[in-house]
Amino acid sequence: MVAEPPGFFAGLFRSLVRGIAKLGAAVLFLGDILRSSPYALRRPRLLAEQVHNTGVLSLVIIMTSAFFVGMVLGLQGFDALARLRQEDLLGAVVALTLLKELGPVVTALLFAGRAGTAIASEIGLMRATDQLSAMEVMAVNPVGRIVAPRFIGGVIALPLLAAIFSCIGIFGAWFIGVAVLGVDNGAFWTQMQEFVSTEDVREGVVKSIVFGIAASLIATFEGYNCPPTAEGVGMATTRTVVTTAIVVLILTYIITALLL
Amino acid sequence: MQVQAREIGTGLFVFLGFAALLFLATQTTGLDEFFEDSGYSVTARFTEVAGLRPRAPVTMAGVTIGRVESIRFDRYRLDAVVTLRIRSEYDTIPEDSTASILTAGLLGSKYIGLTPGGADESLEEGSEIFLTQSAVVLEQLVSRFLFGGGE
Repeated sequence: MVAEPPGFFAGLFRSLVRGIAKLGAAVLFLGDILRSSPYALRRPRLLAEQVHNTGVLSLVIIMTSAFFVGMVLGLQGFDALARLRQEDLLGAVVALTLLKELGPVVTALLFAGRAGTAIASEIGLMRATDQLSAMEVMAVNPVGRIVAPRFIGGVIALPLLAAIFSCIGIFGAWFIGVAVLGVDNGAFWTQMQEFVSTEDVREGVVKSIVFGIAASLIATFEGYNCPPTAEGVGMATTRTVVTTAIVVLILTYIITALLL
Repeated sequence: MQVQAREIGTGLFVFLGFAALLFLATQTTGLDEFFEDSGYSVTARFTEVAGLRPRAPVTMAGVTIGRVESIRFDRYRLDAVVTLRIRSEYDTIPEDSTASILTAGLLGSKYIGLTPGGADESLEEGSEIFLTQSAVVLEQLVSRFLFGGGE
């Protein structure tokens, strides 16, 4: 056991040690997943099923949110730009905001709420009902059979969802800006094409891939290591959402600082 | 039948995702120039390009008619050689047109503006614009104003 300083700091110190241990366990778990991912990649049917579960089933919430986020961006952006007499820049502002930041981040947060919780509770319930142990008894590697397909499915689905989010968001902003508030249609698109570069698109794609890895890892890790009780499964789903939100918001800052 | 519907859904989702990526990569960025990279290139020499960048617009009468392709330094004549790529549909620009490096707004990005001349011959692949007006460096302008070095 590590030596403990007395009093208030003892608790702080212990939770710090616990947090670092958890981070280490998650990294080791990622290693486990990667080691058994050839097993999952050889079974495209399992993968397709998980892409369906994480991607297709998240599509409605992603598209609805994207359209409204886009409309809000259109309204707020128009209001701010109108004060500067630069309404024509609306397309560029909205596209940059969505592509570089809001698209990947909001998609990752919604993904954690829709798909991450589903993965965590599903694996957690398998743990609680001893299905994972049963697999081990039958010499089936549960990480390869259960965890890896869900992880890879999430990593594939999230970047695609983020791209769809950005597209729909841009059309939402176009609807408010051009169709309702009367920004010039040509200016909206040409200003966007003038100011958005391929690097901006690449930054968004890199972010969404990293978030896909982070969100899927957190969901599968929390589910796989949850206490085998009803309460444990509930806590695992809650922790999935909270941890993903914090990790994604920290990661987006780090990636932006690195790529800018 | 259940499996069939699920597979169609998954395939549709992946297709939609890649379609969205393609849309973002081509429609939101100014990538069209890569596809219509035809056009013809002309060169112009400037004594000062201060802040002009490759891919900056080349305009005439305020309309973008091409892009700056490259900027290099001539080590013998000690000036900057700027290569402009102008779209092939604009092939009636007089040979004696003037190229000036201008600034969008007071402190905005630099671009090249062409002012038409009166010659009968038009610019074509490889020709050089001889009449050029270099970039105005704000610091030089301010110091000339302050210290009266303009006479």
